[in-house]
Amino acid sequence: MRSLYFLLEKEFKQMFRSKGLLRTLFIAPVIQLILMPMAANYSVKNISLAIVDHDHSSVSQKLISKVTASGHFQLVAYCNNNNEALELIEHDKADLILEIPNKFEQNLVRENVQKLNVQINAIEGVKAGLGGGYLASIIGDFNTEARIRTVQPAHIQQGAAISIMPVNWYNQFLNYYLFIVPGILVNLITGIGIMQAAFNLVKEKEIGTIEQINVTPIKKQYFILGKLLPFYALSIIIFTVGLLVSYVFYNVFPVGSFGTMYVSLFAYLFALLGFGLLLSTYSETQQQTMSLAFFFLNVLNMMSGLFTSIDSMPQWAKVVTGCFPVSHFIQTMRMIMLKGSTLSDVSFHLWAMVGIGIVFNGWAVLNYRKRS
Amino acid sequence: MIKVSNIVKTYNKGSVQAVNDISFEVKRGELFGLIGPDGAGKSSIFRILTTLLLADSGTATVNGFDVVNQFQSIRNCIGYMPGRFSLYQDLTIEENLEFFATVFDTTIEENYDLIRDIYVQIEPFKDRRAGKLSGGMKQKLALCCALIHKPEVLFLDEPTTGVDVVSRREFWEMLKKLKQQGLTIVVSTPYMDEASLCDRIALMQGGHILSIDTPQNIIASYQKTLYAVAAPNMYKVLTAMRSYEQTESCFAFGDCLHLTLKGDSTIDDVSKYITALNFTDVQIQEIVPDIEDCFIKLLKEN
Repeated sequence: MRSLYFLLEKEFKQMFRSKGLLRTLFIAPVIQLILMPMAANYSVKNISLAIVDHDHSSVSQKLISKVTASGHFQLVAYCNNNNEALELIEHDKADLILEIPNKFEQNLVRENVQKLNVQINAIEGVKAGLGGGYLASIIGDFNTEARIRTVQPAHIQQGAAISIMPVNWYNQFLNYYLFIVPGILVNLITGIGIMQAAFNLVKEKEIGTIEQINVTPIKKQYFILGKLLPFYALSIIIFTVGLLVSYVFYNVFPVGSFGTMYVSLFAYLFALLGFGLLLSTYSETQQQTMSLAFFFLNVLNMMSGLFTSIDSMPQWAKVVTGCFPVSHFIQTMRMIMLKGSTLSDVSFHLWAMVGIGIVFNGWAVLNYRKRS
Repeated sequence: MIKVSNIVKTYNKGSVQAVNDISFEVKRGELFGLIGPDGAGKSSIFRILTTLLLADSGTATVNGFDVVNQFQSIRNCIGYMPGRFSLYQDLTIEENLEFFATVFDTTIEENYDLIRDIYVQIEPFKDRRAGKLSGGMKQKLALCCALIHKPEVLFLDEPTTGVDVVSRREFWEMLKKLKQQGLTIVVSTPYMDEASLCDRIALMQGGHILSIDTPQNIIASYQKTLYAVAAPNMYKVLTAMRSYEQTESCFAFGDCLHLTLKGDSTIDDVSKYITALNFTDVQIQEIVPDIEDCFIKLLKEN
């Protein structure tokens, strides 16, 4: 145990002596946490809309103003025919075309049936899907209004209509930041944790200092622990700073308790740093570690459930995701921050992280050999 | 103190033979040198003896402990200075020394006697980071760190490679003093001129030991008469001498040629041959061979 104390003393000395590293470790995540949630925004605004109105009636005017007033769309052109509008899509000037046929008003009033033509540029999938959805719901609204105005009230009663009144639990106004800010914070901690833990040991290999350490009687468990604990401390501080930034800039404040949150963080860091360490035992140079870490960080981030829903992943991907600690921690964080979940609510994820941590750390200790 | 028997070590799944069936012994209190060019297998032997590397076959003991089964005991009683500077460059001289002292569960004060002579030379810079030291100072610090826990055996892997002539001489002086304090020292070097400073040496090449003995005995076993040939036009004389039928070997050696002759040819025969070829100002004299001559001769014989 005594040697652990001296190892820690040495690690902290080295850490504080590397001013450039500390600065980047603290400033870079803060800047990213401030900027990224604004940029990585799911809600689609400013969809370029081209309108082809063959009708020129008051009803078509009403529909157009309803669409443009929604705030999602930006009217870029008013075209005379469909070809003209399609050309705009081809030149990437319009994302959506709404074509209103001739005698739109007439048919709607007389025959009670009318069709609208909507064309979507589907190169950007998310934008196309959401844009089409927005437009459909606006037209649906418009349809109901039109029926109320044109059809006698008695008639409406006849067709049974289901009206939907969704209530958004835990995030009533679908505040997008509540959802994305904790996720980005977790991603930042993941990057820092893995990279630092992995690089630190490999640095000793590359500089050759590990040769000198290996001939000493230091036990390898202590040596590895001495490597991990400083980054434990560092990650916890950065996480705390991140929470503060989330509150100050995005007014994101956890509903649940800080205690639960930090217990989960401990479990997560245990797994995460173990993984970093494991990578470092498999590489000889910092360049090798960099490539390995880059590969795994990509996998971890894309499959973490931050950008896409885990539930919609294929079965194999769900299994892979479950084997990495990131998805567990993102879910835990969201549960605690938005729902106020308690320790028992998140216990599954907590144990999963601890289990993964034991595997990674055990593997790393076994694989780190003091001799070849 | 150290006993190596039939050690074999190969790399790349057997395709590279680094150490080839080597056996030797080092006595307590001896200054033992492994002498050989780069790639002779010196570092591999060091790494096996310091328990960093496992041999393919053969056994070795250090201070009575087996390098495979009792490696923990060995790590407590040896000091190792790798060929490459491997202390923490971002820690100061004092911090490095303190760190390695604590790692071995001791203090600087406890074993200060052993390192005093060396440490006083770098003490004025004790707050300087190790990375900012000159080559000679780095090497002194590394030696201090290897000595701080009062080891019984000291392993120095090419300690004088890349160090200037004055520092090299100083370093060997330090080793002599350490030897007087009863330390067993195993040192490797590619410089043949350092061989004579050891008690006993092993000349190595290609994973084999060519000869083990005291430097004096190795030189004495050089039975041929050796001549030094000096001339203004060295290269032409060298080619001329090599085509001379009585020449056994002829090498450029510093500013002259080292020459041995076949059978009972004498210096006069050479003079006649050389003047017949219209060379002027050629000086030939008999000299005492040194370790490098012996090494070259041994290489030819093997």
